[in-house]
Amino acid sequence: MPAVEVHSIYKSFEDVKALKDISFSVEEGELYGFIGPDGAGKTTLFRILNTLLIPDEGTATVLGLDVVDDYKTIRPMLGYMPGRFSLYQDLSVQENLEFFASVFGTTISENYELVAPIYSQLEPFKNRYAGKLSGGMKQKLALSCALIHKPKLLLLDEPTTGVDAVSRKEFWEMLVDLKKQGIAIIVSTPYMDEAKLCDRVALIQEGSLMQIDTPLNIVNGYDRPILGIKSRNTYKLLQALKLYEWTHSAHPFGEFIHFTEKREKPDMIALEAFLLDNGIDDAVIKEVEPGIEDSFMALMRKEVASD
Amino acid sequence: MTDPAIFTKDLTRTFGAFTAVENISFDVKKGEIFGFLGANGAGKTTAMKMLTGLLAPSSGEASVNGFDVYTESEEIKKSIGYMSQKFSLYDDLTVSENIEFYGGVYGLPTKALKQKIEEILYTIKLTEVKDALVVSLPLGWKQKLAFSVSILHNPSVVFLDEPTGGVDPVTRRQFWERIYEAADKGITVFVTTHYMDEAEYCDRVSIMVDGKIEALDSPENLKRSFSTDSIEDVFIRLARGAKRSDT
Repeated sequence: MPAVEVHSIYKSFEDVKALKDISFSVEEGELYGFIGPDGAGKTTLFRILNTLLIPDEGTATVLGLDVVDDYKTIRPMLGYMPGRFSLYQDLSVQENLEFFASVFGTTISENYELVAPIYSQLEPFKNRYAGKLSGGMKQKLALSCALIHKPKLLLLDEPTTGVDAVSRKEFWEMLVDLKKQGIAIIVSTPYMDEAKLCDRVALIQEGSLMQIDTPLNIVNGYDRPILGIKSRNTYKLLQALKLYEWTHSAHPFGEFIHFTEKREKPDMIALEAFLLDNGIDDAVIKEVEPGIEDSFMALMRKEVASD
Repeated sequence: MTDPAIFTKDLTRTFGAFTAVENISFDVKKGEIFGFLGANGAGKTTAMKMLTGLLAPSSGEASVNGFDVYTESEEIKKSIGYMSQKFSLYDDLTVSENIEFYGGVYGLPTKALKQKIEEILYTIKLTEVKDALVVSLPLGWKQKLAFSVSILHNPSVVFLDEPTGGVDPVTRRQFWERIYEAADKGITVFVTTHYMDEAEYCDRVSIMVDGKIEALDSPENLKRSFSTDSIEDVFIRLARGAKRSDT
């Protein structure tokens, strides 16, 4: 039985179509990512899965139960971490965890083993108010609170947004460990680089799913050779590439600009000559492998083109 | 030699027994894109507040556009632009009303302002939605608009506090093109971000850990001195040692 099964869900808020024909399924013990920017519909989808919102059309089951008819049975089986920090700021670390345990009719000691790897890092601060914790620690406490009743499915809505690169990395290490315990995890993020840590990812944009696959397959499906080009003056380089007749796309990716051509095989020598003519005499050009973000952007262009 | 756009020497801010920013010293050149990185709670916001004239330092020196942060904070405010993800635009005003409003705040003459509105709408491709309420726009569009508004009065320095958080990858890059364009026109850009690829777009970056600047150089030199090919690696190695995070 899949952990989650969604068929053709639609949800609108007045004129805004937040979700359009969303279908997907998540297997037991899978780490499943929803990757997309703000406003893509991720939070709406999470609220439907956690039974807080009813879809306009379509059906969804969680652990084999219907999200509309069986919401009471589903709720104790879920662990949910909302996008906005929503623990009690004026309760201590320990009081928050005790509170969430008691709401679900359990105790910290009963399920300590599951939260221990995460919660033990907070124990030195267990008497501190939750409101006084750092961003990274708040995140760990929120995850502990979502886990304390041993849920079968974890829904994590943008747990790493606005969090620095170090805490983000630690958080993902924790998720990979939790997955080993057999808990299915659905996580959303606007950071494309986090996609590669998921078993499968769904790329979502403006309420529609663009693609669902393993990170590897998504990247392998990228159908154009990419050249990485760098120069001391990135802006000038970007301007020049926009004038080049064979340019299909040119986007900054860190140090290099990722460049694709309209023709099947890019001509590096012609490109270098063109750049030289346009005053860029220090261009370094090399072949680069596509990443999830390249694929996401290519899919976004296709969606715009087919609109 | 011309004065730097931003200058700090041993700049420090304490809150009671807590030292949020400790003896930071750096220069930002005119027209430079300067990335101000650090973990949550490293002291970036406090430092930015001092540089934008919103918070008095406890000790040390700092000036922006040659204006002293202790005695000329009002002059600083007039000569800079500022945008963050949190405070930017009025949701219940339309796109052009927002530009008009800020133009009025900055004292732009009516005629110049009219022209400026057209120009901005055209550059960021929002002409079609000029009469739409800002609340109805996707985040990325809002952020592009907020940036244009922040440099409406041709400031010499613009401070951008996590301008691209949560923005889609295409719009994020369009946003950076606007940053490049502004820098090309001579505007100094001081920017914070959690996207490490964006750190690579800066001329120089500083990395703050526990209130101090632990590294400051061009992305290329930083990577070379840490023998790695990504700024993320440099950042993680420096910030992993942090004792504190945000409050």
